[in-house]
Formats: sequence, structure tokens, C-alpha cells
Amino acid sequence: MTNRKLGVLMFSPAIIYVLAVVGVPFVLAFIYAVGDVKIASVGYHYVGLANFRSVLQSPTFRRSLYDSIVFTIGTQIVVLVGSTILALALKDRFTGRGFIRFLILLPWVAPVSLGTIGWKWILDSIYSVINWVLIHLHFVKPFDTPMWLGDPTLAMLSVIGVESWRLLPFSTVILLAGLTAIPRDIPEAAAVDGAGFWRTLFRITIPMILPIVSVAILFGVIFVFTDMTVVYILTRGGPYDTTQVLPSLAFFTGILGSDLAEGAAISIFLVPILVAVAYFMLRVASRSEVG
Amino acid sequence: MVSGTARRLFGGVVHAFVLIAFSVLLAFPFYWMLITIFKTTNDLYDLRNNPFKFNEKPTLEHLQLLFHDTLYLRWVGNTAFVGAVVVLITLLLAVPGAYALARLTGRWGERLGIGIFLTYLVPPTLLFIPLARLVAILGLQDSLWSLIVVYPSFTVPFSIWLLMGFFKSIPRELEDAAMVDGLTRFGAFIKLVVPISVSGILTVVIFSFTLVTQEFGYALTFISSKSHQMVGVGVPIFLVRGDVYYWGSLMAACLITSLPIALLYNVFLDRFIAGFTVGAVK
Repeated sequence: MTNRKLGVLMFSPAIIYVLAVVGVPFVLAFIYAVGDVKIASVGYHYVGLANFRSVLQSPTFRRSLYDSIVFTIGTQIVVLVGSTILALALKDRFTGRGFIRFLILLPWVAPVSLGTIGWKWILDSIYSVINWVLIHLHFVKPFDTPMWLGDPTLAMLSVIGVESWRLLPFSTVILLAGLTAIPRDIPEAAAVDGAGFWRTLFRITIPMILPIVSVAILFGVIFVFTDMTVVYILTRGGPYDTTQVLPSLAFFTGILGSDLAEGAAISIFLVPILVAVAYFMLRVASRSEVG
Repeated sequence: MVSGTARRLFGGVVHAFVLIAFSVLLAFPFYWMLITIFKTTNDLYDLRNNPFKFNEKPTLEHLQLLFHDTLYLRWVGNTAFVGAVVVLITLLLAVPGAYALARLTGRWGERLGIGIFLTYLVPPTLLFIPLARLVAILGLQDSLWSLIVVYPSFTVPFSIWLLMGFFKSIPRELEDAAMVDGLTRFGAFIKLVVPISVSGILTVVIFSFTLVTQEFGYALTFISSKSHQMVGVGVPIFLVRGDVYYWGSLMAACLITSLPIALLYNVFLDRFIAGFTVGAVK
């Protein structure tokens, strides 16, 4: 048997499986979005863009689209700044680095739904430890404490905060991989030439890790834009849909409301971002292949 | 020179401060879980108490409640079962698949590999609606088998990607020598390549298993009855009765589930990150 034949034989089970469980539902998502399927219905009628029209007219959807964008961009900014600082601090070896690394990684490696429920307790409307601290520092008055998950602005800040908490370790280790790949002699040569910490940082370190920063951002955007877990557990999209994001709205409409067609139409709005990210990902991959 | 020493000292202080601040911020919820587990209910719900210390004697009541009066252990069992079967399916599909794409199909395989990796970017939140209907058509609603069928959709692509990198790092001469000694290509794969790739395969095992324990959306969508839940959905959704949160037991379930997973994951993290950064770091 030739190599090529054996190769086809060995990889086709995997390809067929992936096509069946990713490719088929991916195509079906588009078909459902232009049809009238309910969760228990059997027939299918083509309805054109009716679902998209009704979705676009819904204020809840527009709000969710806006929230999704705020949620994604807000989280990226916090994560990018935080993880750059943290990765620079973790770059060189020091005693206790392994332990610190374990602590820092906890939010990423623990199941996301369980970490989030921990935050739900920390942000509780009555027993929030944050509020206790704020009261005792005399920043707020007792009985007039912030409602972290009950006030629209604070709720958005809370979901951004928890999502950033979750994503920061991931971004940090990716950046760390980039930092440790910089040959040691380059910053050393810069130091000999008289460049200080900030000059080295902005002229050498950051430009050199830009490709890997772009990888961290691309994955970060995908993870955050398509995540419903943090929002679902912390706020269920509330108060008054002010933290509702596209994935959670698709879930509430398509699964709990059993209107699969409209749910599918909502989730289709995730696709443009995914395509854009995939495109940039391929560019990063091909550039490094050439260079 | 004095200024140089002062500067270094200042740098050291800033460095320590950054590390401590981030560690506290990131690990705090887990510390808070730990404290909450052993506090009596009275202690937790008395606003006059300092929440950072034990105002009453520590208690095991929340742990007893969790292990005796809830389905927590059942959910852990469900998760372990689904995890084990998904790992098996992932290995059967990804190990030969990755080897074929890395070795036997040339540039064409490389492209296909990237294509498979891109499917990893298609999120569950886009697929769960059509999959919910497919699961219903297959009669798998509320069955753990629905998860077993669907979870390889994200474990297989990433595992193939990881293993492709791994297989490429094996010198071709080893296989050539084995084939000169009379093994077929497939024989060389089974008898030579698989045994020396144990650490890569182990990474895939751990990685797939932890991904299964972390999944939320599909489990929430496909499984409805309480006793069939996975731990990641059962704890946050079904441990809450009505509007009552049993915070002590809830935090116990979170911490006890998270720590072993975190420890496992941590050991293999570097390889896992290598999978994400392929192409951007050389």
C-alpha cells in the first residue's frame, strides 16, 4: 500500500467525524436560520430572511449585539494590559515561581462554571465580601452598598471583570512563551548600548512579541465573543437584558424558548467575527512559515 | 553607584508587588471558597461578622450535606464516565489521523491540518441549536451519550493539531530503519511511533479530559434531568434549590472539583500552550 493510500485511510475517520459533528451542524445553522423549525417540529419551510428581519427589529437583540461588543472589547483591553504586565514579571526565574504560576493559572484551569459561581458568592447582593471591605474602609455606607449584579453598569463591569479574570492566565502564558523565545543577547546588547527598561520594553520587547500578542488577541476574541457561561451564571443576561450577549440570547431564544430558527439566526451573527479571526490566524501562520 | 542599587531595590519591590497583587486577585475566589466551606451557616449570614475570620467554630456540615444529601458524587461519576469514553474516541481518531497528516500526505496534509484546527474555532454557541435537534432525532435527549457523541467535535481537532507537531519532531530515520528491518509503514507506526510518543499522547488524554470537565453549553442544552448532569452544570444549576443558594456546599463542590483538574492541567500546560503558539514562536 502506498503512503498516500495508507494516509487517507488513517485520517479519514477523524475527518468524517469532525465533518459530521461540526460541518453538518454548521451548515444546518444557516438552513435553520432561513426556515421555521421549532424544537419538536418535523417539517421545514423556507421563510427567507424573515427570522433575520424579526431579530433585527427586536430591541433585545440590538441590546445584546451592543453588549457583546462592549463585553468582548472591554475584556480584551483588561486582559491585554494585565497579562503583559504579569508576563513581564514572570519572565525571569525566581524562587517560588512555580507556586506563583500555579496560583495565577487557577482561574483558567478550573472549570469555568465553577469559578464563576465562586464570584457569584463574592458579588452577592447582601453578603458580598467586597462590600464588607468597602463599608469598613468607609467608601460606602451600610445599607447603601453597590448591587454588583443588580445595577446595569456594575453588572456589565462584573461580567467583564470575571471574564477577564478567567482569560488573563491564558493570555499570560501565551505572552510568556513569546517573551522566553526572545534571544537573551538582544536585550543585553540594548542594555550595553545604554537603553533603559522602558526603552527596551517599547523598542525591542513589545515589537518582538507582536506576532504572539496577535495570537493571544485572536483566541481571546473568539473565547469571549462566543462564551455564554459567565453571563449565564452571573446574571442570566439581566438586569433587563443589559448584560445579555449574543450566545446567551441564542440559548434563551433557541433552546429555552424552543424557537430554533430564531436562535440560529441570532447565532449566525457570530460568524463574521469568526471568519475575520480565522483569516488573521491564517495570515499569522503563513507569515511565520515564510519568515 | 548608590543610585544603581536604589534603582535595583525599587525594581525588586515593584516586581514583588506586581506578583503578589496578581496572585491575590487571581487566586482569591478559591481562597474564599475554602473559607466558606468550613463556616457555620450562622457565621456566613451574620452581617456583623468579619467575613475573613471564623467567628464560630469551623464545621463540616456543608461537606456532609454535599456528600450525603445531594447528587454531587453522581455528577462526578457521570463526568468521569463521559470523560473516559471521549478520551478513548479522541485517541482512536486523532492519533492515526495526526500521524497521517504529519507524515504521509505531504504539503496537502499540512493544509488539511490547518483546516481541522480552524474547526476548533467554530464555537459550541453556534452549533448547539442544530445539534439539539440532531440529538433529539437520534433519541439521545437527556442521555450522557449525546455528550459523548458531541464532545469529540472539540477534542479531536485540537488533539490532531498537538499530535501533528509531536510526530513531526520524531526523526524520520527511526521509522525508515524499522521498515528496513521488515516492518510495514503501519507496523512501524504501531510498534515504534506510538510507544515513543507516550508523553504526547498523555498530553492529549489530560487535555481532552479537562476540556470535558470544563464544558458548559452542550451539557446545559442536552441534559435535562437532575441525575444525568455533568458536574460543571449540576453544581451551579441544580445545587441551587429554588432561589436558595447553599453557599457552603456550593463552594465545597467548586473547590473539590476544581483543584484536581487544575493540578492535572498545570502539569501539561506547557505542551498545551505550544499548540496554541505554533507558527508565532519558533
